[in-house]
Amino acid sequence: MVAKPGLDGHDRGAKVIVRALRDAGMEVIYTGLRQTPEQIVSATLQEDINVLLLSILSGAHGHLFPAILRGLKEKGMEKVLVIGGGVIPQEDIPDLKQAGISEIFGPGTSTETIITYIKEHLPS
Amino acid sequence: MELVKEAMNGSERAIAQLITMVENEVPGWIEAMKQLYPHTGNAYLIGFTGPTGSGKSTLVDRIVLTLCNQDCNVGVIAVDPSSPFTGGALLGDRIRMGNITNKEKVFIRSLGTRGGLGGISQATSDVSKILDASGKEFILIETVGIGQDEVEIVQIVDTSIVVSVPGLGDDVQTIKAGVMEIGDIFVVNKADREGADHVATMIRTMLDLKPSANLWKQPVIKTIATKNQGVDELIAQIMSHRRHLIENDLLGAKRKERIGREVTKLLERRISQYVHDRIEGIHSLKDFVEQINNRERDPYSCVDLLLEVLEKK
Repeated sequence: MVAKPGLDGHDRGAKVIVRALRDAGMEVIYTGLRQTPEQIVSATLQEDINVLLLSILSGAHGHLFPAILRGLKEKGMEKVLVIGGGVIPQEDIPDLKQAGISEIFGPGTSTETIITYIKEHLPS
Repeated sequence: MELVKEAMNGSERAIAQLITMVENEVPGWIEAMKQLYPHTGNAYLIGFTGPTGSGKSTLVDRIVLTLCNQDCNVGVIAVDPSSPFTGGALLGDRIRMGNITNKEKVFIRSLGTRGGLGGISQATSDVSKILDASGKEFILIETVGIGQDEVEIVQIVDTSIVVSVPGLGDDVQTIKAGVMEIGDIFVVNKADREGADHVATMIRTMLDLKPSANLWKQPVIKTIATKNQGVDELIAQIMSHRRHLIENDLLGAKRKERIGREVTKLLERRISQYVHDRIEGIHSLKDFVEQINNRERDPYSCVDLLLEVLEKK
């Protein structure tokens, strides 16, 4: 599932990712813009998601990503592979990984890299 | 099975996992359905179908929100198309369901068609049973955006709603066979657009030409889903259709027909799987294809031959 947490209103990147994953043979749910952490956790749970991609450009990743990860844990979904993307400063990445984000892909990453990463890290 | 018990107690995690199991036909899924089945039959199933972009998801969002505010437990199944080439799919119905994606009593599941050509996927009916057994009172099923001929939804729901929009064609479109025959309720959405009254009139005229066999006069309702206009009337008509079916002993008959079709379909699936598993071992299809392509054989005699071998086995 590709989700857009928080208040930024740009999802061209998210849509490109959705399309690339679709073409790689995956079933991809796109949540649309402006999702709260609670909405994202609920959708992950109900759709029985394996991989969650969070796209964010607003700068609120330090607040929203950990909130989503906490929510997933509360629901027993800590096995979900959570990947971040968008505009995220290098210096923030260690903290996000510490919080449980598996990998962060910034601007310029090829969709092929992301697809390969997902296939290699897909939770069993 | 623990998962079935948990799902029936309303655990969202268990419901979700069970749906995945059934959709992917993970070994044990038939056993799970067997355990679950005695607890189904309580939910009322409502189908939404209509062309791409006609506003089905938005309508579902608004209807579920209203039902939710009346303290109902609601399930939503939203189907979107799978790629015939890669099997991949973009399931995007949640985008328009922002009002109901984190409501305590609402469970939404998106499904890819996975080869289903009737507007829904093979697993859709089984998924509705899981939601039914978990205690949902209403289950809304939204088909893929359809054209003229994808009418499978009518076979798995109690009330079928056909959503139209202005601007798609002339009055001949309303008298064609197929989708326009399956509505128990017709909706003209985006009714603030030019031509909405005309579409509604054309549908009414079409309906007047052949009054419904079971004395239900199919209503035509104009809605503007984005502004929540006409939604209350639509819900009232759904409830009215439900009452009509119950009071005239039609719901039971409808569901018995469904069960009959379901058993036949399930049997066909199992037979087809059985045959497929054995044929694979007997003859290489590849050789046949080569010979048929060279016109040394024909497809019809090949099937005769395969059946003969199967019977002997």
